[in-house]
Amino acid sequence: MKKSVLFGAMTVATLAGGVVSAGTLDDVKARGKLNCGVNTGLAGFSAPDANGVWVGFDVDVCRAVAAATLGDPMAVEFVPLSTKTRFTALAAGEVDMLSRVTTWTFSRDVDLKFEFVGVNYYDGQGFLVPTALGVTSAKELDGATVCIQTGTTTELNLADYFRTNGITYEPVPIETNAEAQALYLSGSCDVYTTDASALAAQRATFETPGDHVVLPEIVSKEPLGPLVRHGDHQWGDVVRWSYNAMVAAEELGVTSENVADLATGTDNPEVNRLLGSEGSLGEMLGLEADWAAKVIASVGNYGEAFDRNIGAGSEIGIARGLNALWTDGGLQYSPPFR
Amino acid sequence: MSDKISFVRTEMLEQKAPPASTTGFVGWARANLFNGIGNSVLTLLSIYCVYYVLSGLIPWLVSPTWKAESLTQCREMIAAAGKHGHLACWGVVRERFIQLLFGFYPPEGYWRVILALVIVGAGLAPVLFDKAPRKLLIVTALFPFIVPFLLWGGLIWPYVGVLLGFVVGYFVLKYAADALGDLLALIAGVVSAFVWWIFLSGPIMGAIGSVLPIGLEFVESRSFGGLMLALTIGLTAILGSLPLGIVLALGRQSDLLIVKALCVGFIEFIRGVPLITLLFVASTLLNIFLPPSMEFDIIVRVIIMVTLFSAAYMAEVVRGGLAALPKGQYEAADALGLDYWKAQRLIIMPQALKISIPGIVSTFIGVFKDTTLVSVIGLLDPLGLSNAIRADQAWNGIVWELYGLIGVLFFVFCFSMSRYSMYLERKLQTGHK
Repeated sequence: MKKSVLFGAMTVATLAGGVVSAGTLDDVKARGKLNCGVNTGLAGFSAPDANGVWVGFDVDVCRAVAAATLGDPMAVEFVPLSTKTRFTALAAGEVDMLSRVTTWTFSRDVDLKFEFVGVNYYDGQGFLVPTALGVTSAKELDGATVCIQTGTTTELNLADYFRTNGITYEPVPIETNAEAQALYLSGSCDVYTTDASALAAQRATFETPGDHVVLPEIVSKEPLGPLVRHGDHQWGDVVRWSYNAMVAAEELGVTSENVADLATGTDNPEVNRLLGSEGSLGEMLGLEADWAAKVIASVGNYGEAFDRNIGAGSEIGIARGLNALWTDGGLQYSPPFR
Repeated sequence: MSDKISFVRTEMLEQKAPPASTTGFVGWARANLFNGIGNSVLTLLSIYCVYYVLSGLIPWLVSPTWKAESLTQCREMIAAAGKHGHLACWGVVRERFIQLLFGFYPPEGYWRVILALVIVGAGLAPVLFDKAPRKLLIVTALFPFIVPFLLWGGLIWPYVGVLLGFVVGYFVLKYAADALGDLLALIAGVVSAFVWWIFLSGPIMGAIGSVLPIGLEFVESRSFGGLMLALTIGLTAILGSLPLGIVLALGRQSDLLIVKALCVGFIEFIRGVPLITLLFVASTLLNIFLPPSMEFDIIVRVIIMVTLFSAAYMAEVVRGGLAALPKGQYEAADALGLDYWKAQRLIIMPQALKISIPGIVSTFIGVFKDTTLVSVIGLLDPLGLSNAIRADQAWNGIVWELYGLIGVLFFVFCFSMSRYSMYLERKLQTGHK
């Protein structure tokens, strides 16, 4: 039976280039499950726990969208994707959205025909060094041996940074984070460089985290965000505003604890519009009136999700930094709900 | 008598035990370990190496961390026990062992996986061991249908439909043989089976299913993971590749031009491409070719690719066996008046396969180990899962415990396969050497 499907598909394959299924939102509702592409395992962002339940900061974005569209944050089919398979999986419709620490770049947005709906984490490449090295700035790293993952943008960023600052380094190519950690701790390289969030996650697991420090220099822009396919703007809006609802909720002081009370109506019209007791924003999106209330009730607002997975409330303990709200000097900013 | 002999032994001396230095452990050690300066030095060096490894390994293994909930707790427990240095953190094994075995399979369905493995074992027993009861051959015939049903679940009828296709084909082949001749009957059988599968099976089984909804809860392929995924892919590829490989090897030796060209083309194409490339084809290229609405299960795609890959290698191993057979065997088969298939079945294949056993089993072991490559395309086999487990902040930083455990799991399977092949070689030894 499977074979006949394959052969049949082969014959129409040549015709299928431009076919786009009608309405991802309708598909998701009909299926009763959201297919969400996530990382196969990245501390704080996505990982299965002992019971096989996925948790993490990226995972929470998927759960938020599932709560908004289906009313159930657990109605998500997580599809673990590697760096090599993630874009084809999204383009081919194997997943409805991708929330997999993916950097928003021009070519991915324009050439690969994806639509980044926001930036849920502003990351950047940093350097991890032992305090014993006595280095306080990346500019003092002249002649250092640097552990670096091959075939990534970090490799190019590193070369650029050292060249512009006129200093030299010796690269130690490695394949995975685990390998890097072992080499770095055994002293085979002086410096380990990758995204600052990953550095913080690794440092937190060291036996003596105090002996290591992440240098203040961030040498690249890595805006990580969820993305969807080009061409289905309604679905793009659903994902974008599900995420924006989390950010707006933090700004408006709506949390997973008080959302049930606030949803009955408040004096603040924007809170009322967000939570659906006033206006018809949900209807415009093609969702229930209380869609945003469900999002916040299930994963909390942006700050709560951040704290729980990667912030002060977790073992990773990353500071908000660029990811603070705009009112606190960060970059997280949601357009108004109006 | 002056020249009287003063002493004559009248009875034999009792046999004495050989000198202590030539018997027992001492004798063995003198003969094998310390016979000469060079060997003595090498022995001492080896003893030191073994001691060095064990003195590091055993304290590492004996670590009071079974109950730990995270790496930090492991470190606290080790410190509390008054030990220091690098010791194993076994809490991760306690917490994640089940996950490493079953992946994300729903816990209430674990019995299905175990039962499936038992049925595979029962189905293979009569093939692998001639002492097993012959009645188990019924299981052998049925397990390709029972096992997928157990693993994936859903209604039982589609699986019955696939099985009935083979039954239909078999009966057409059997009863048409007299009327049409062998070749036409074969074609008729295959065609009727496909007609059944494509046009009749779906509606009929759907109708029965709507009346009699017998089945198990459907489990998505994405829930497959851990050792169970490796075994599903590995065993299917192993079981599928041998028959396919034999057919390809025969096809390659065939005098029929088209058959030969197809087989040679297939074998050389597959052997010319790395497995990882084929896996990427399965996971990404097929996705691009197929229309977006068409869901074609990723694990089935991977199983097909791995099976085709190993079948190409198997074909060459079997061809080696065929080539090693003396020409006289083929001629003898012809002289007995056997037709092609009978000659292959009764004379050629039993000998050719016997010669190829070591190569066949090597290919099996290689295929089973190659299943770990699927972690590259995002499937969570044991190696992929170890990465996911490390991404849990509680266990981030654990390396050796997980890789060691996975290594042991794989070793158990691969070592049993190689032992079985040695048993088989001994059993089939007919003394031509």
